[in-house]
Formats: sequence, C-alpha cells, structure tokens
Amino acid sequence: MGKDQALMSWKDVPFGLYIFEPGNSAQFKTGDWRSMRPELDKEKCVKCGSCYILCPDMCYEADEEGFYQVNLFYCKGCGICAAVCPKGAITMVLEEV
Amino acid sequence: MGKRVAMEVSIAIAEAVKLARAEVIAAYPITPQTHIVEHLSELVANGELDAEYVTVESEHSAISCCLGSVATGARTFTSTSSQGLALMHEILFIASALRLPVVMVVANRALSAPISIWNDHSDIMAQRDIGWIQTFAENGQEAVDLVLHAFRVAEDRNVMFPMIVNIDGFTLSHVIEPIVLPDQEDVDAFLPPFRPKYKLDPRKPISIGAVGVPEIYFEAKKAQDEAFKNSRRVILRAWKDFATRFGREYHPVETYRMEDAEVGLLIMGSLAETAMTAVDKMREEGKKVGLIRLRLWRPFPTKEFRKAVSGLPVLAVIDRALTPGASGGPVGTEVRSVLYHCARRPRVVNFVAGLGGRDVTVEDFEEMADRAFFYKKKRPKEAYELIGVRES
Ligand code: SF4
Ligand code: SF4
Repeated sequence: MGKDQALMSWKDVPFGLYIFEPGNSAQFKTGDWRSMRPELDKEKCVKCGSCYILCPDMCYEADEEGFYQVNLFYCKGCGICAAVCPKGAITMVLEEV
Repeated sequence: MGKRVAMEVSIAIAEAVKLARAEVIAAYPITPQTHIVEHLSELVANGELDAEYVTVESEHSAISCCLGSVATGARTFTSTSSQGLALMHEILFIASALRLPVVMVVANRALSAPISIWNDHSDIMAQRDIGWIQTFAENGQEAVDLVLHAFRVAEDRNVMFPMIVNIDGFTLSHVIEPIVLPDQEDVDAFLPPFRPKYKLDPRKPISIGAVGVPEIYFEAKKAQDEAFKNSRRVILRAWKDFATRFGREYHPVETYRMEDAEVGLLIMGSLAETAMTAVDKMREEGKKVGLIRLRLWRPFPTKEFRKAVSGLPVLAVIDRALTPGASGGPVGTEVRSVLYHCARRPRVVNFVAGLGGRDVTVEDFEEMADRAFFYKKKRPKEAYELIGVRES
C-alpha cells in the first residue's frame, strides 16, 4: 500500500487490515526519505552487476544497453552500491529539495 | 434434551468443545487447566472427535498455532492458566487485531511469585486489554453453555473476535457437578459451521498481518475498537437464542435479591455461589443485601450495569486480583469509572479477596457487607481493603 493510499478514513480500513491484492508492497514508496542519491558514471561502469546484487532494496534494473539503472521510487540512499562498486562508477550526491 | 450427568467440569468443557465440532486444538498442559486438553487429546486419539490435536512446546506456540489454524477457516480451541496465559500475552493482541476468532477457556489461577497453582483472577486481569471478548462462568453448567456461546459469537461474521471463557481454577475446573450436556443435533442447530468471509486459501491468496505505517495504524485500531463494541449485539442475541433452544438464560449482568437492597455485592466467577448463600443468610437476618454478577467483562456492559445499580446506596466490589499502587482492584476501578458520570451513583467500596487460593467464606461476605453498611454513612479511608489477611 502506498503511503498516500494509506490516508483513508477508519471506516474504509479493510477488514483486519488484510491485503487482498498479493504483492502490492511493490506500490509502497520506500524512497521518500532519502538524503543522498546514487549517480552512475557510464564511462567507468563495467556492468559487473555488484550494485544490482547487493542493493538491499533491489532498486537496480538493467537497461537495454546492460547498464544498471537505479529506481528512485525505492532507493533509500544507503550508499551500499557506491561502496561496493569495484570501479568507483557510483557517486552519492546530495538530494536537493 | 440432553441428560444430566455427574461430571468433572474440565471433562464437561472438553465434551462441549467436542459438541461444538472443533477442528483444531493446540494446547500445552498447565495446572489447573490440564484435564480439559488431556480429555480433548483422548477424544481425538480415540477417533471420537475428528480434529487435529497439535502438541506444542509452549503456550506461546499453542496460541500462535491457533491463529494460523483459525486463519485458514478451521474452528479452533485452546485452553490455559496463569503463567501459560502470560506467555501467550503478545500473541493475544494479534489475534484480536487480525480478527481471528479462537475460543479459549482460561482456568483462572494466581500468577507467580510466590509460585501458586491456586485460584484467583490475577492471570486474566493482566490480560484485560487484549481485545478479546471475555465471559465468566459461575458453575459447570455455565462453563459448558458459555463455551458453546463463545464459538457462536466469536465466529459470527459481524463479530470475528477471539473469545475467552473464564472458569475458576480448582473451584470449578476440578469439581464434579451435575451437568446437562446438550444433544449434538441441538448444538448443530445453534452453532452453524465456521464460514469466515476471508481466509488463507492458496487458490485466493491474501496477506494477513501486514505492517501498519503511522499513516494507517491509528485508523486500523479505531476500526477494531468500533467493531469490538458492536459485538455486544451478537453476544446478546446469541444468549437469547440459547435460552430459546436450551432453556437456560444468560445476561451480561445478573442480579440476585437486589430489589430494595441497600448494599450490593459485586463479584465475577464461582465465588458468586458462596456470596448467594451469604445474601440469603443476611436477608433472613433482615439485612438488605443483594448480589450483582458480571458475566460479561469485555466489552464492558455499561448500560446493563448502570441499570443494575440504579438507586443502590452502596456497592461493594470484590476483586480477585491486586493492582499494586492503583486506586483499586481492576474491577473496582472499572466500575468507579463507569459510574462517574451517573448523577445518582452508589458509593463504591472495593475489597480484594481470595488471592492465591485463599478461601472466601460466607462469613467473609458477611464481613464485607457489614463494612459496606458502615460505609453508607462514612467514606472509606482506603481505596481498597484486603479481606482475610492476617494482621498478627
Ligand atoms: S557495481 Fe559499479 S561497475 Fe558494477 S555494474 Fe554497478 S555501477 Fe557498474
Ligand atoms: S543507495 Fe542503497 S538503496 Fe539506493 S540504490 Fe544504492 S544500494 Fe540501493
């Protein structure tokens, strides 16, 4: 359930707060309190996939060219991807409001 | 019409669970509840009850297992006492919030320390806020009837809350009483099969027990609270239907010789039988004493209770549990709060009696009534008084 979707009257709360639509946690925006955001330098990236494997929120997905792109809907900005990248291809930059 | 037989109350409760056609029982033995589940395990092993009996390593596992079972749509029963109930504590809140209607009999027993296997209400009073519907039985017949009532109410689609039937440990669980076990066909007519609207089913997957972020938690609790309060209609209707079918009447608040009473004794559980004898004796002596029994503890029957005490000068609330440092016993504080807004409310005096299996005799009830008469004119100094504690 997305947080915005959660803003409902108590009268509309589903029975026992059950979830009737399996897998709807994908709609839940976890990336709304990030302070830093990863930025990829394609020049340095060797497409090894370490960021993809080690991101705890499974934010990375390969694009058509094989580069791993972050999904900022989920990214919490933990910086793990930047720390594990063997080529220093990921830089954490400040999230401006 | 079933026939009247002499039977240990624990065995009768197990037979009632069988008559209710329970499908899953998960329990861990603990005195004084053991005979209930022991007999159920025999019934299952002998093929007399077609149910799954899950032996578990603790009460925490027992209740967890019950939640899973009832979530799949199986009629589910468990039973415990004292430390066992305390061990279930965290799961009990989950059962009610997830609307999983487990039925449990609690054979009330004191909590440690000191270690005590004997009766009082400290175990259940520590579980006051778990959000389960709670009733109290006074004798073996009531225990049987309330168990059948519990399945009917808990599983009603307009309720869907777990339910506890309280019986006093030993003074009820271990005595042999004449009890009428109803016929199977009458129970079947009173208690339809459990058909929840939502259940865990691989063909139609749902998720139960998701996180409630701050944006939704409060609304979920409000919805739960409203649904819980609404259960009272079904509770009353089921008792009415029970009376029509089986001829035994139950009410959330029951009174005995309260007409023109100047002192009302209020009690829950089996001690009410002793209190009745005391009331009869005092009435013969010309003392205007009556008795109020709370059968339904949660949701609290505010309306019926206020009606029962209207016009009464002094109400003596007898608690079977101690709440250290509070302004009374758990029942005493509840009752005072319920009466606060009533213009003509009785003076409430609060006694704590019978902890850890200490006998409460007819003489003790007479003493409490006498003190209550004394307090008609004079405000008590203490928020509550202990009855039967040796001073020297
Ligand atoms: S870990 Fe670094 S090098 Fe490897 S795919 Fe990710 S960004 Fe490219
Ligand atoms: S910063 Fe953390 S959450 Fe965001 S993509 Fe990198 S590893 Fe995943």
